[in-house]
Amino acid sequence: MIDEPLSRGPSPVHRRDPRFRLVACLALSLVAALAVNSGTPLVILAAGLVMTGLARLPLGLVARRFTAVNAFVAFLWLVLPFTTPGTPVTAAFHGIAATREGVALATLITLKANAVFFCVLSLLATIPAPALGGALRAVGVPDKFAFLFLFTYRYLHVIHEEYGRLATAARLRGFAPATSLHAYRTYAALVAMVLVRAYDRSQRVYQAMLLRGFSGRFASLDGFRAGRGDLAFLLAALAVAVAGGALDLTFWRGHV
Amino acid sequence: MHISEGVLSGPVLACGWALAAGGVALGLRRVDYDRLMTVAILSAAFFVASLVHVPIGPVSVHLILNGLLGAVLGLAAFPAVCIALLLQAMLFQFGGLVVLGVNTVDMALPAVVCALVFGPLLRAGGKARLVGAFCCGFLAVLGAGLLTALALALSGEAFLTTAKLILLAHVPIMCAEGVLTAMVVGFLAKVRPEMLASSGLAG
Repeated sequence: MIDEPLSRGPSPVHRRDPRFRLVACLALSLVAALAVNSGTPLVILAAGLVMTGLARLPLGLVARRFTAVNAFVAFLWLVLPFTTPGTPVTAAFHGIAATREGVALATLITLKANAVFFCVLSLLATIPAPALGGALRAVGVPDKFAFLFLFTYRYLHVIHEEYGRLATAARLRGFAPATSLHAYRTYAALVAMVLVRAYDRSQRVYQAMLLRGFSGRFASLDGFRAGRGDLAFLLAALAVAVAGGALDLTFWRGHV
Repeated sequence: MHISEGVLSGPVLACGWALAAGGVALGLRRVDYDRLMTVAILSAAFFVASLVHVPIGPVSVHLILNGLLGAVLGLAAFPAVCIALLLQAMLFQFGGLVVLGVNTVDMALPAVVCALVFGPLLRAGGKARLVGAFCCGFLAVLGAGLLTALALALSGEAFLTTAKLILLAHVPIMCAEGVLTAMVVGFLAKVRPEMLASSGLAG
Protein backbone atom coordinates (compact mmCIF):
# COMPACT_ATOMS: atom_id res chain seq x y z
CA MET A 1 0.00 0.00 0.00
CA ILE A 2 2.73 2.46 0.95
CA ASP A 3 4.75 2.29 -2.20
CA GLU A 4 6.06 4.83 -4.63
CA PRO A 5 5.37 3.32 -8.03
CA LEU A 6 5.44 6.81 -9.54
CA SER A 7 8.97 7.64 -8.46
CA ARG A 8 10.69 5.17 -10.76
CA GLY A 9 11.02 5.41 -14.50
CA PRO A 10 13.32 6.34 -17.34
CA SER A 11 11.22 9.29 -18.54
CA PRO A 12 12.62 12.77 -19.21
CA VAL A 13 10.75 14.05 -16.14
CA HIS A 14 12.32 11.43 -13.86
CA ARG A 15 15.79 12.39 -15.11
CA ARG A 16 15.46 16.05 -14.08
CA ASP A 17 17.29 17.23 -10.97
CA PRO A 18 15.00 16.66 -7.94
CA ARG A 19 15.80 20.13 -6.54
CA PHE A 20 14.61 21.74 -9.76
CA ARG A 21 11.48 19.58 -9.84
CA LEU A 22 10.67 20.59 -6.26
CA VAL A 23 11.10 24.31 -7.00
CA ALA A 24 9.09 24.03 -10.25
CA CYS A 25 6.30 22.20 -8.39
CA LEU A 26 6.22 24.88 -5.66
CA ALA A 27 6.13 27.76 -8.14
CA LEU A 28 3.44 26.24 -10.36
CA SER A 29 1.19 25.16 -7.47
CA LEU A 30 1.53 28.52 -5.74
CA VAL A 31 0.45 30.44 -8.84
CA ALA A 32 -2.44 28.04 -9.47
CA ALA A 33 -3.63 28.08 -5.85
CA LEU A 34 -3.68 31.88 -5.57
CA ALA A 35 -5.39 32.53 -8.91
CA VAL A 36 -8.64 34.50 -8.99
CA ASN A 37 -9.46 33.88 -12.66
CA SER A 38 -9.96 30.48 -14.26
CA GLY A 39 -7.51 31.09 -17.14
CA THR A 40 -4.44 30.80 -14.90
CA PRO A 41 -5.22 27.38 -13.38
CA LEU A 42 -6.13 26.24 -16.90
CA VAL A 43 -2.60 27.15 -18.09
CA ILE A 44 -1.02 25.35 -15.11
CA LEU A 45 -3.34 22.38 -15.62
CA ALA A 46 -2.20 22.14 -19.25
CA ALA A 47 1.45 22.26 -18.11
CA GLY A 48 0.74 19.59 -15.47
CA LEU A 49 -0.97 17.34 -18.02
CA VAL A 50 1.94 17.70 -20.46
CA MET A 51 4.43 16.78 -17.73
CA THR A 52 2.27 13.86 -16.58
CA GLY A 53 2.26 12.66 -20.19
CA LEU A 54 6.03 13.08 -20.48
CA ALA A 55 6.57 11.19 -17.22
CA ARG A 56 4.69 8.18 -18.69
CA LEU A 57 3.01 7.33 -15.40
CA PRO A 58 0.85 4.18 -15.22
CA LEU A 59 -2.61 5.28 -16.38
CA GLY A 60 -4.67 3.07 -14.06
CA LEU A 61 -2.90 4.45 -11.02
CA VAL A 62 -3.24 8.04 -12.23
CA ALA A 63 -6.98 7.46 -12.72
CA ARG A 64 -7.35 6.07 -9.18
CA ARG A 65 -5.50 9.00 -7.59
CA PHE A 66 -7.45 11.43 -9.75
CA THR A 67 -10.75 9.99 -8.49
CA ALA A 68 -9.64 10.14 -4.86
CA VAL A 69 -8.60 13.78 -5.11
CA ASN A 70 -11.77 14.77 -6.94
CA ALA A 71 -14.04 13.21 -4.30
CA PHE A 72 -13.72 16.37 -2.18
CA VAL A 73 -14.26 18.50 -5.30
CA ALA A 74 -17.45 16.55 -6.04
CA PHE A 75 -18.61 17.21 -2.47
CA LEU A 76 -18.03 20.94 -3.01
CA TRP A 77 -20.14 20.81 -6.19
CA LEU A 78 -23.02 19.45 -4.09
CA VAL A 79 -22.83 22.41 -1.71
CA LEU A 80 -21.19 25.50 -3.22
CA PRO A 81 -23.50 26.30 -6.16
CA PHE A 82 -26.41 26.50 -3.70
CA THR A 83 -24.75 28.34 -0.83
CA THR A 84 -22.99 31.13 -2.76
CA PRO A 85 -25.03 34.32 -2.85
CA GLY A 86 -25.72 35.66 -6.35
CA THR A 87 -28.07 35.52 -9.31
CA PRO A 88 -29.98 32.23 -9.48
CA VAL A 89 -29.64 30.18 -12.66
CA THR A 90 -32.00 27.33 -11.77
CA ALA A 91 -35.57 27.34 -10.54
CA ALA A 92 -35.80 27.60 -6.77
CA PHE A 93 -36.49 24.29 -5.07
CA HIS A 94 -37.70 24.76 -1.51
CA GLY A 95 -36.10 28.19 -1.67
CA ILE A 96 -32.74 26.76 -2.75
CA ALA A 97 -31.33 27.61 -6.17
CA ALA A 98 -27.95 27.30 -7.82
CA THR A 99 -26.35 30.67 -8.49
CA ARG A 100 -24.10 31.73 -11.36
CA GLU A 101 -21.44 32.87 -8.87
CA GLY A 102 -21.62 29.52 -7.08
CA VAL A 103 -21.11 27.56 -10.27
CA ALA A 104 -18.20 29.86 -11.24
CA LEU A 105 -16.58 29.38 -7.83
CA ALA A 106 -16.97 25.60 -7.98
CA THR A 107 -15.48 25.58 -11.49
CA LEU A 108 -12.52 27.69 -10.38
CA ILE A 109 -11.83 25.37 -7.43
CA THR A 110 -12.10 22.29 -9.64
CA LEU A 111 -9.55 23.76 -12.06
CA LYS A 112 -7.19 24.84 -9.27
CA ALA A 113 -7.36 21.51 -7.41
CA ASN A 114 -6.66 19.54 -10.57
CA ALA A 115 -3.92 21.89 -11.78
CA VAL A 116 -2.09 21.40 -8.48
CA PHE A 117 -2.85 17.67 -8.51
CA PHE A 118 -1.19 17.11 -11.89
CA CYS A 119 1.81 19.26 -10.91
CA VAL A 120 2.31 17.33 -7.67
CA LEU A 121 1.75 14.03 -9.51
CA SER A 122 4.29 14.71 -12.26
CA LEU A 123 6.89 16.75 -10.36
CA LEU A 124 6.75 15.77 -6.67
CA ALA A 125 5.53 12.15 -6.74
CA THR A 126 8.22 11.31 -9.31
CA ILE A 127 10.99 12.16 -6.81
CA PRO A 128 12.14 9.17 -4.70
CA ALA A 129 11.86 10.01 -0.97
CA PRO A 130 15.61 10.00 -0.21
CA ALA A 131 16.20 12.46 -3.05
CA LEU A 132 13.32 14.60 -1.81
CA GLY A 133 14.96 14.75 1.61
CA GLY A 134 18.13 16.06 -0.01
CA ALA A 135 16.20 18.47 -2.22
CA LEU A 136 14.37 19.86 0.83
CA ARG A 137 17.70 20.60 2.49
CA ALA A 138 18.97 22.21 -0.70
CA VAL A 139 16.06 24.67 -0.73
CA GLY A 140 16.70 25.69 2.88
CA VAL A 141 14.62 23.36 5.06
CA PRO A 142 16.39 22.75 8.44
CA ASP A 143 18.63 19.67 8.71
CA LYS A 144 16.57 18.21 11.55
CA PHE A 145 13.40 18.40 9.47
CA ALA A 146 15.08 16.62 6.56
CA PHE A 147 16.37 14.00 9.05
CA LEU A 148 12.85 13.43 10.41
CA PHE A 149 11.41 13.24 6.90
CA LEU A 150 13.98 10.69 5.74
CA PHE A 151 13.62 8.43 8.76
CA THR A 152 9.84 8.68 8.98
CA TYR A 153 9.75 7.53 5.39
CA ARG A 154 12.44 4.89 5.96
CA TYR A 155 10.47 3.25 8.79
CA LEU A 156 7.01 3.68 7.29
CA HIS A 157 7.31 0.36 5.47
CA VAL A 158 8.82 -1.45 8.45
CA ILE A 159 6.10 -0.26 10.84
CA HIS A 160 3.39 -0.95 8.27
CA GLU A 161 4.56 -4.55 8.00
CA GLU A 162 4.65 -4.80 11.79
CA TYR A 163 1.09 -3.52 11.96
CA GLY A 164 0.13 -6.07 9.30
CA ARG A 165 1.51 -8.90 11.44
CA LEU A 166 -0.42 -7.70 14.50
CA ALA A 167 -3.63 -7.35 12.47
CA THR A 168 -3.17 -10.84 11.04
CA ALA A 169 -2.62 -12.23 14.53
CA ALA A 170 -5.84 -10.56 15.71
CA ARG A 171 -7.78 -11.99 12.76
CA LEU A 172 -6.37 -15.47 13.36
CA ARG A 173 -7.74 -15.27 16.89
CA GLY A 174 -11.20 -14.58 15.50
CA PHE A 175 -11.32 -10.78 15.82
CA ALA A 176 -14.14 -9.20 13.81
CA PRO A 177 -14.51 -5.42 13.42
CA ALA A 178 -17.55 -4.08 15.28
CA THR A 179 -18.76 -1.04 17.18
CA SER A 180 -18.34 -2.57 20.61
CA LEU A 181 -16.23 -1.95 23.67
CA HIS A 182 -14.39 -5.21 23.09
CA ALA A 183 -13.55 -4.36 19.48
CA TYR A 184 -12.42 -0.86 20.45
CA ARG A 185 -10.21 -2.27 23.19
CA THR A 186 -8.63 -4.55 20.60
CA TYR A 187 -8.06 -1.63 18.21
CA ALA A 188 -6.54 0.38 21.06
CA ALA A 189 -4.22 -2.50 21.97
CA LEU A 190 -3.26 -2.81 18.30
CA VAL A 191 -2.41 0.88 18.00
CA ALA A 192 -0.61 0.93 21.36
CA MET A 193 1.44 -2.15 20.44
CA VAL A 194 2.49 -0.51 17.15
CA LEU A 195 3.61 2.56 19.12
CA VAL A 196 5.47 0.55 21.76
CA ARG A 197 7.33 -1.46 19.16
CA ALA A 198 8.17 1.70 17.21
CA TYR A 199 9.48 3.30 20.40
CA ASP A 200 11.66 0.31 21.25
CA ARG A 201 12.91 0.08 17.70
CA SER A 202 13.88 3.75 17.67
CA GLN A 203 16.10 3.24 20.73
CA ARG A 204 17.87 0.31 19.09
CA VAL A 205 18.32 2.15 15.79
CA TYR A 206 19.72 5.23 17.48
CA GLN A 207 22.15 3.15 19.57
CA ALA A 208 23.29 1.39 16.41
CA MET A 209 23.84 4.73 14.70
CA LEU A 210 25.85 6.08 17.63
CA LEU A 211 27.94 2.94 17.53
CA ARG A 212 28.78 3.68 13.92
CA GLY A 213 29.88 7.20 14.75
CA PHE A 214 26.75 9.19 13.80
CA SER A 215 27.27 12.84 14.66
CA GLY A 216 24.06 14.38 13.30
CA ARG A 217 25.24 14.71 9.70
CA PHE A 218 24.90 12.42 6.72
CA ALA A 219 27.60 11.93 4.15
CA SER A 220 25.73 11.44 0.89
CA LEU A 221 27.35 9.43 -1.89
CA ASP A 222 25.28 10.76 -4.75
CA GLY A 223 25.04 14.51 -4.71
CA PHE A 224 22.86 16.47 -7.08
CA ARG A 225 24.26 17.50 -10.42
CA ALA A 226 22.27 19.85 -12.60
CA GLY A 227 22.90 19.90 -16.32
CA ARG A 228 21.76 22.12 -19.14
CA GLY A 229 18.56 20.11 -19.59
CA ASP A 230 17.65 20.67 -15.93
CA LEU A 231 18.17 24.40 -16.26
CA ALA A 232 16.07 24.54 -19.42
CA PHE A 233 13.32 22.60 -17.67
CA LEU A 234 13.34 24.90 -14.64
CA LEU A 235 13.28 28.02 -16.81
CA ALA A 236 10.37 26.64 -18.83
CA ALA A 237 8.42 25.81 -15.67
CA LEU A 238 9.12 29.22 -14.15
CA ALA A 239 8.12 30.89 -17.42
CA VAL A 240 4.75 29.10 -17.29
CA ALA A 241 4.35 30.14 -13.64
CA VAL A 242 5.19 33.79 -14.41
CA ALA A 243 2.89 33.80 -17.44
CA GLY A 244 0.07 32.36 -15.32
CA GLY A 245 0.74 34.91 -12.60
CA ALA A 246 0.78 37.79 -15.07
CA LEU A 247 -2.50 36.60 -16.59
CA ASP A 248 -4.04 36.54 -13.12
CA LEU A 249 -2.67 39.97 -12.26
CA THR A 250 -4.17 41.62 -15.38
CA PHE A 251 -7.51 39.99 -14.59
CA TRP A 252 -7.32 41.14 -10.97
CA ARG A 253 -6.43 44.73 -11.99
CA GLY A 254 -9.35 44.78 -14.38
CA HIS A 255 -11.73 43.92 -11.55
CA VAL A 256 -10.57 46.27 -8.82
CA MET B 1 -9.19 15.89 7.68
CA HIS B 2 -7.75 17.79 4.78
CA ILE B 3 -8.63 20.83 2.83
CA SER B 4 -7.76 20.16 -0.76
CA GLU B 5 -5.70 22.49 -2.87
CA GLY B 6 -7.38 25.42 -4.57
CA VAL B 7 -10.07 26.17 -1.99
CA LEU B 8 -8.53 28.62 0.45
CA SER B 9 -7.76 32.29 -0.10
CA GLY B 10 -4.26 33.77 -0.19
CA PRO B 11 -4.27 35.39 3.27
CA VAL B 12 -5.54 32.19 4.94
CA LEU B 13 -2.84 30.14 3.18
CA ALA B 14 -0.12 32.61 4.18
CA CYS B 15 -1.35 32.66 7.78
CA GLY B 16 -1.31 28.85 7.84
CA TRP B 17 2.27 28.78 6.56
CA ALA B 18 3.47 31.36 9.08
CA LEU B 19 1.89 29.52 12.04
CA ALA B 20 3.08 26.13 10.78
CA ALA B 21 6.65 27.38 10.28
CA GLY B 22 6.67 28.81 13.80
CA GLY B 23 5.28 25.60 15.30
CA VAL B 24 7.67 23.37 13.36
CA ALA B 25 10.67 25.53 14.32
CA LEU B 26 9.64 25.46 17.98
CA GLY B 27 9.05 21.70 17.83
CA LEU B 28 12.43 21.05 16.20
CA ARG B 29 14.22 23.14 18.80
CA ARG B 30 12.74 21.03 21.60
CA VAL B 31 13.96 17.80 20.02
CA ASP B 32 17.68 17.13 20.25
CA TYR B 33 19.51 14.51 18.21
CA ASP B 34 19.13 11.96 21.02
CA ARG B 35 15.37 11.98 20.60
CA LEU B 36 15.15 12.69 16.89
CA MET B 37 15.09 9.03 15.89
CA THR B 38 12.31 8.32 18.40
CA VAL B 39 10.23 11.16 16.98
CA ALA B 40 10.88 9.96 13.41
CA ILE B 41 9.88 6.35 14.02
CA LEU B 42 6.89 7.32 16.18
CA SER B 43 5.76 9.64 13.37
CA ALA B 44 5.92 6.65 11.04
CA ALA B 45 3.89 4.65 13.57
CA PHE B 46 1.25 7.38 13.77
CA PHE B 47 1.10 7.52 9.98
CA VAL B 48 0.46 3.77 9.91
CA ALA B 49 -2.05 3.94 12.79
CA SER B 50 -4.00 6.60 10.92
CA LEU B 51 -4.52 4.08 8.13
CA VAL B 52 -6.45 1.82 10.55
CA HIS B 53 -10.15 1.79 9.78
CA VAL B 54 -12.50 1.55 12.73
CA PRO B 55 -16.23 0.89 12.38
CA ILE B 56 -18.64 3.42 13.88
CA GLY B 57 -22.10 1.92 13.42
CA PRO B 58 -22.63 1.27 9.72
CA VAL B 59 -19.66 3.28 8.43
CA SER B 60 -15.94 2.77 8.75
CA VAL B 61 -13.68 5.75 9.41
CA HIS B 62 -9.95 6.07 9.56
CA LEU B 63 -8.34 7.30 12.74
CA ILE B 64 -6.75 10.73 13.06
CA LEU B 65 -5.08 10.24 16.46
CA ASN B 66 -3.76 13.78 16.68
CA GLY B 67 -4.68 13.92 20.40
CA LEU B 68 -2.57 10.85 21.08
CA LEU B 69 0.20 12.29 18.92
CA GLY B 70 0.28 15.41 21.10
CA ALA B 71 0.19 13.34 24.29
CA VAL B 72 3.22 11.31 23.23
CA LEU B 73 5.27 13.79 21.20
CA GLY B 74 4.37 17.15 22.79
CA LEU B 75 5.58 20.07 20.69
CA ALA B 76 7.26 17.67 18.26
CA ALA B 77 3.71 17.00 17.02
CA PHE B 78 4.17 19.98 14.68
CA PRO B 79 7.06 18.59 12.61
CA ALA B 80 5.51 15.10 12.84
CA VAL B 81 2.19 16.26 11.35
CA CYS B 82 3.91 18.38 8.72
CA ILE B 83 6.01 15.41 7.58
CA ALA B 84 3.04 13.06 7.58
CA LEU B 85 1.14 15.48 5.32
CA LEU B 86 4.16 15.95 3.06
CA LEU B 87 4.38 12.17 2.72
CA GLN B 88 0.67 12.00 1.93
CA ALA B 89 1.11 14.58 -0.81
CA MET B 90 4.06 12.65 -2.17
CA LEU B 91 2.62 9.13 -1.89
CA PHE B 92 -1.10 9.66 -2.47
CA GLN B 93 -1.32 13.28 -3.80
CA PHE B 94 -3.81 14.17 -1.04
CA GLY B 95 -3.38 17.89 -0.60
CA GLY B 96 -0.47 19.74 -2.09
CA LEU B 97 2.38 21.92 -0.97
CA VAL B 98 0.44 25.17 -0.76
CA VAL B 99 -2.21 24.01 1.75
CA LEU B 100 0.41 22.09 3.75
CA GLY B 101 0.75 24.99 6.20
CA VAL B 102 -2.95 25.30 6.97
CA ASN B 103 -3.45 21.54 7.22
CA THR B 104 -0.46 21.23 9.57
CA VAL B 105 -1.81 23.89 11.91
CA ASP B 106 -5.33 22.39 11.79
CA MET B 107 -4.14 19.08 13.17
CA ALA B 108 -1.04 19.93 15.20
CA LEU B 109 -2.15 23.05 17.07
CA PRO B 110 -5.12 21.43 18.90
CA ALA B 111 -2.91 18.42 19.64
CA VAL B 112 -0.22 20.58 21.28
CA VAL B 113 -2.75 22.69 23.18
CA CYS B 114 -4.48 19.55 24.52
CA ALA B 115 -1.14 18.09 25.58
CA LEU B 116 -0.33 21.34 27.37
CA VAL B 117 -3.68 21.50 29.19
CA PHE B 118 -4.18 17.80 30.01
CA GLY B 119 -0.51 16.79 30.34
CA PRO B 120 -0.59 16.86 34.15
CA LEU B 121 -3.73 14.66 34.17
CA LEU B 122 -2.07 12.17 31.79
CA ARG B 123 0.81 11.70 34.18
CA ALA B 124 -1.43 11.49 37.27
CA GLY B 125 -2.77 7.96 36.89
CA GLY B 126 -6.08 6.29 37.67
CA LYS B 127 -9.34 7.98 36.73
CA ALA B 128 -7.67 11.36 36.13
CA ARG B 129 -5.50 9.88 33.39
CA LEU B 130 -8.50 8.23 31.77
CA VAL B 131 -10.42 11.52 31.72
CA GLY B 132 -7.40 13.50 30.52
CA ALA B 133 -6.70 11.07 27.69
CA PHE B 134 -10.35 11.06 26.59
CA CYS B 135 -10.32 14.87 26.53
CA CYS B 136 -7.08 14.85 24.49
CA GLY B 137 -8.55 12.51 21.87
CA PHE B 138 -11.96 14.17 21.76
CA LEU B 139 -10.91 17.82 21.90
CA ALA B 140 -7.97 17.50 19.51
CA VAL B 141 -10.31 16.23 16.78
CA LEU B 142 -12.88 18.87 17.70
CA GLY B 143 -10.17 21.55 17.51
CA ALA B 144 -8.99 20.23 14.15
CA GLY B 145 -12.56 20.33 12.85
CA LEU B 146 -13.07 23.86 14.17
CA LEU B 147 -9.82 25.14 12.64
CA THR B 148 -10.65 23.49 9.31
CA ALA B 149 -14.09 25.09 9.40
CA LEU B 150 -12.54 28.44 10.36
CA ALA B 151 -10.04 28.31 7.47
CA LEU B 152 -12.92 27.60 5.08
CA ALA B 153 -15.21 30.25 6.55
CA LEU B 154 -12.46 32.91 6.42
CA SER B 155 -11.89 32.13 2.73
CA GLY B 156 -15.42 33.16 1.80
CA GLU B 157 -18.96 33.10 3.13
CA ALA B 158 -19.86 30.63 0.39
CA PHE B 159 -17.99 27.96 2.35
CA LEU B 160 -19.98 28.43 5.57
CA THR B 161 -22.33 25.52 4.87
CA THR B 162 -19.43 23.31 3.78
CA ALA B 163 -17.61 24.16 7.00
CA LYS B 164 -20.66 23.26 9.11
CA LEU B 165 -21.14 19.96 7.27
CA ILE B 166 -17.49 19.01 7.80
CA LEU B 167 -17.73 19.79 11.50
CA LEU B 168 -20.94 17.79 11.86
CA ALA B 169 -19.43 14.78 10.09
CA HIS B 170 -16.65 14.72 12.65
CA VAL B 171 -18.82 14.42 15.77
CA PRO B 172 -18.93 10.60 15.78
CA ILE B 173 -15.20 10.49 15.02
CA MET B 174 -14.50 12.70 18.05
CA CYS B 175 -16.26 10.26 20.37
CA ALA B 176 -14.48 7.24 18.89
CA GLU B 177 -11.12 9.01 19.08
CA GLY B 178 -11.72 10.00 22.70
CA VAL B 179 -12.51 6.42 23.75
CA LEU B 180 -9.61 4.96 21.78
CA THR B 181 -7.12 7.56 23.04
CA ALA B 182 -8.14 6.84 26.64
CA MET B 183 -7.60 3.12 26.07
CA VAL B 184 -4.26 3.56 24.28
CA VAL B 185 -2.94 5.91 26.96
CA GLY B 186 -3.99 3.40 29.64
CA PHE B 187 -2.10 0.69 27.75
CA LEU B 188 1.02 2.84 27.34
CA ALA B 189 0.96 3.88 31.00
CA LYS B 190 1.12 0.20 31.98
CA VAL B 191 3.61 -0.98 29.37
CA ARG B 192 5.92 2.01 28.63
CA PRO B 193 5.17 4.80 31.11
CA GLU B 194 8.30 6.65 29.95
CA MET B 195 6.64 7.30 26.59
CA LEU B 196 4.09 9.54 28.30
CA ALA B 197 6.47 11.05 30.83
CA SER B 198 8.91 12.21 28.19
CA SER B 199 6.12 13.86 26.26
CA GLY B 200 6.44 16.83 28.60
CA LEU B 201 6.72 20.01 26.63
CA ALA B 202 9.95 20.59 28.51
CA GLY B 203 11.30 17.37 26.90
